[in-house]
Amino acid sequence: MSTTTDTGVSATGQQGFGGVQARSTVALNAPRIAIKNLEFFYGDNRAIKGIDFNIPDRQVTGMIGPSGCGKSTLLRVLNRMYSLYPGQRATGEAMLDGMNIVAPDADLNALRAKIGMVFQKPTPFPMTIQENIAFGIRLHEKLSRAQMDERIEWALTRAAIWDEVKDRLDSSALGLSGGQQQRLCIARTIAVRPEVILFDEPTSALDPISTLKIEELIDELKRDFTIVIVTHNMQQAARCADQVAFFYLGELIEVAPAAQMFTAPKHAKTQEYITGRFG
Amino acid sequence: MPVRRARGAGNIGDVIFEWACRGAAILVLALLGAIIVELFIAGLPAFRAFGLPFIWSTEWDPVQEVFGAGVSIYGTVVTSVLAIVLAVPLAFGVAFYLTELAPVWLKRPLGTAIELLAAVPSIIYGMWGFFVIVPAFATYLQPWIIDNIGELPLIGFLFQGAPFGTGIFMASFILAIMILPFIAATMRDVFDQVPPVYKESAYGLGATTWEVMRGVVLPYTRISVVGGVMLGLGRALGETMAVTFVIGNANRITTSLFGPGNTIASLVALEFGESETGSLKLASLLALGFILFVLSFIVLAVSRYLLRSRLKA
Amino acid sequence: MSLSMTASSVPGPRKDPEVAARLGRRRKRADVIVRTLCMVATLLGIAFLISILLTLFVRGFTAMSPMVFTHSTAPPGSEGGLANAIVGSLIQATIGTAIGTPIGMLVGTYLAEYARGSKFGNVVRFVSDILLSAPSILIGLFVYQILVLPFGGFSGWAGVVALAIIVIPVVVRTTEDMLSLIPNTLREAVIGLGSPKWKMIVFVCWKSAMSGIITGILLAVARVAGETAPLLFTSLGNNTWSTDLSRPMASLPVTIYSFAGSPFEDWIALAWAGALIITLGVLSLNILARTVLRGRK
Repeated sequence: MSTTTDTGVSATGQQGFGGVQARSTVALNAPRIAIKNLEFFYGDNRAIKGIDFNIPDRQVTGMIGPSGCGKSTLLRVLNRMYSLYPGQRATGEAMLDGMNIVAPDADLNALRAKIGMVFQKPTPFPMTIQENIAFGIRLHEKLSRAQMDERIEWALTRAAIWDEVKDRLDSSALGLSGGQQQRLCIARTIAVRPEVILFDEPTSALDPISTLKIEELIDELKRDFTIVIVTHNMQQAARCADQVAFFYLGELIEVAPAAQMFTAPKHAKTQEYITGRFG
Repeated sequence: MPVRRARGAGNIGDVIFEWACRGAAILVLALLGAIIVELFIAGLPAFRAFGLPFIWSTEWDPVQEVFGAGVSIYGTVVTSVLAIVLAVPLAFGVAFYLTELAPVWLKRPLGTAIELLAAVPSIIYGMWGFFVIVPAFATYLQPWIIDNIGELPLIGFLFQGAPFGTGIFMASFILAIMILPFIAATMRDVFDQVPPVYKESAYGLGATTWEVMRGVVLPYTRISVVGGVMLGLGRALGETMAVTFVIGNANRITTSLFGPGNTIASLVALEFGESETGSLKLASLLALGFILFVLSFIVLAVSRYLLRSRLKA
Repeated sequence: MSLSMTASSVPGPRKDPEVAARLGRRRKRADVIVRTLCMVATLLGIAFLISILLTLFVRGFTAMSPMVFTHSTAPPGSEGGLANAIVGSLIQATIGTAIGTPIGMLVGTYLAEYARGSKFGNVVRFVSDILLSAPSILIGLFVYQILVLPFGGFSGWAGVVALAIIVIPVVVRTTEDMLSLIPNTLREAVIGLGSPKWKMIVFVCWKSAMSGIITGILLAVARVAGETAPLLFTSLGNNTWSTDLSRPMASLPVTIYSFAGSPFEDWIALAWAGALIITLGVLSLNILARTVLRGRK
């Protein structure tokens, strides 16, 4: 259940460190993913060192920290993207619906249908807009022509791009602008109806207006989806996230509701990072 | 003064060196031009004697001095196209395995092995085909095919005749093995150029490796893949030694793929030694060479055009 | 546990784990089938290579003897070897490469250092690539027309020229590729010291690209060493010992071709010995070329 009272981007909250505006305090929902003693290795190199925390259901969890701190790595653990590459492995627990994500025998295709991912740079496939959306749906469902059209419209509407593309669904997705491409990729992800969506710095390649649109979209999407977002941008974390986790050198230094994190961090390191003294 | 002298010498050196480079480049252009012109001039007597029908006439009668290119053009095109049909699925499988499926430690040795396959001289393919594959095929596989598939309606006529082993099909088969590594290497290179994040996005939707290949990598690379296939076709058209060994060398068109035939290159290689200088036969062979050049030029030019983005990268 | 989706808002049938699982099984089966087929295709390719090498080793070694290297080709039934063919091949391949390499290097240099992006450069690159893949038998016919016919007969020189024409585009491609890898900052640094451009190219660019260019040359030698078709109408072949380039000259591939097609057992055996020699030579050159390139990295 959601207790959010104010979900607007312009939410006024307490004045935080370094002028960062955090959203009003909200209570965190029940955990959707429960992470316990999770470790990750590139070969012999331990990139994530025994972390524990919960990702609340249908809220936004922001992950922040300097480059190489393990936040992006954690994202790639959560949908097992690392399994594509030899020599990378994870141990511990990340429980989703009673299933351990990092278990070696997990059904990766089914898992990735539940946990979608949006990347730093837009990745439209070299096909039409319509086919881009249908690609993922066809993997997991058998829909009639009409059902498929309906689903595509739904996904594009939810990704706030329907009005811009409805007249050219049959033209190549490569012809869209960067911001449109990114929203198309979001539509492609939600079309599969995942439970969790992972965003890996989704706006770092976009202009400010496109960025704002994506942030509004994330805020709107959390009504239905559990969202995890990695970002370098403190303002973005403050604007979007309900819970913020701060990573440093592969360790989870602090995790707290966003308002608390940006107004009263418990850890000195967090405070230094938020106020821009390093990172 | 010494400074100016040194610089002056450098300038002269620069001019000489640049012109040496440009001259060599012009030489390469001239070479291609000369090949076209020389072959055309040398074949002119045949074009004059037989006119345009030379291209489709199936006559090849040294006694009557009547020559036509029809049979060898037919053989060249059929063997090359059939070789492509056989080689492309195999080459795709090899390229897919090498880029996405093989364990890391196996990639390099397997890649090297496939490249060595490309380095084996064509005459070796000819001998291997003639002494190893032809007898094996004629003894074990061909009789069964003739007895069973040869009896089928519609496609049966393609597989009839005596089990000699040699023939159009065997030439295509050996050609397919020869061009397989070329096509596979091109495909592997273009597959490797697909940015990993595109593949990850498809995996992120829950796609299997095959679905990522079919849904993302192939659409992404299809133009270059076709370019690689055309490159293989270009090689198959002009291949001489391997074909000469196994095609059966007969100047007639048979409907069965097991029948003998010839290609432009195999006919030239075989008959050239038996032609007298200045004879109409020699001119006809050189005219065939000109036709082969035009054919492969078109195919190779299309291939280069399709592969240009890959070459730029 | 909360419901993950406001079911009413999503069009289409509700999520059915049964359907998804069935579809998932079918998709995985397709994936496994394709993976297996690809592995089979690769194994098939390897099997062809192994079959070729095995055949060569078995038949080539049985026919191998010191005589192969000491005696020239002889009529069937008499004691003969391949000495004249081996030496003929070495001479023609070496001189052909020696002529083709500098020309190819200059063209490759022109493309990389002078004509990058220019129209003329693009035409030259295109033509060179066409020559690279053009049927080699046509090079033979061409040289027959310009050298054999007007100058009174088949000769080693004609064979050398035919092979040199084949070498050029191979060297052009590797030279240009290797020079293009050199960062522009290096060029600017050298020019900034006041060096003329040709010295920059010769002493810095060529030097840093050297191992790559050597790789190209080795590959070119390997390529021409196995060429048969362009020699058929140029150096023709010679059944006696001859190192005179103005006369017809024997070569290993042409000798193999005529011996393998003959009805005589001892000639066929010699053809296998020659095939083994040439294949081992060509493949070791290829492996050597790869090692040179890897040593650089």
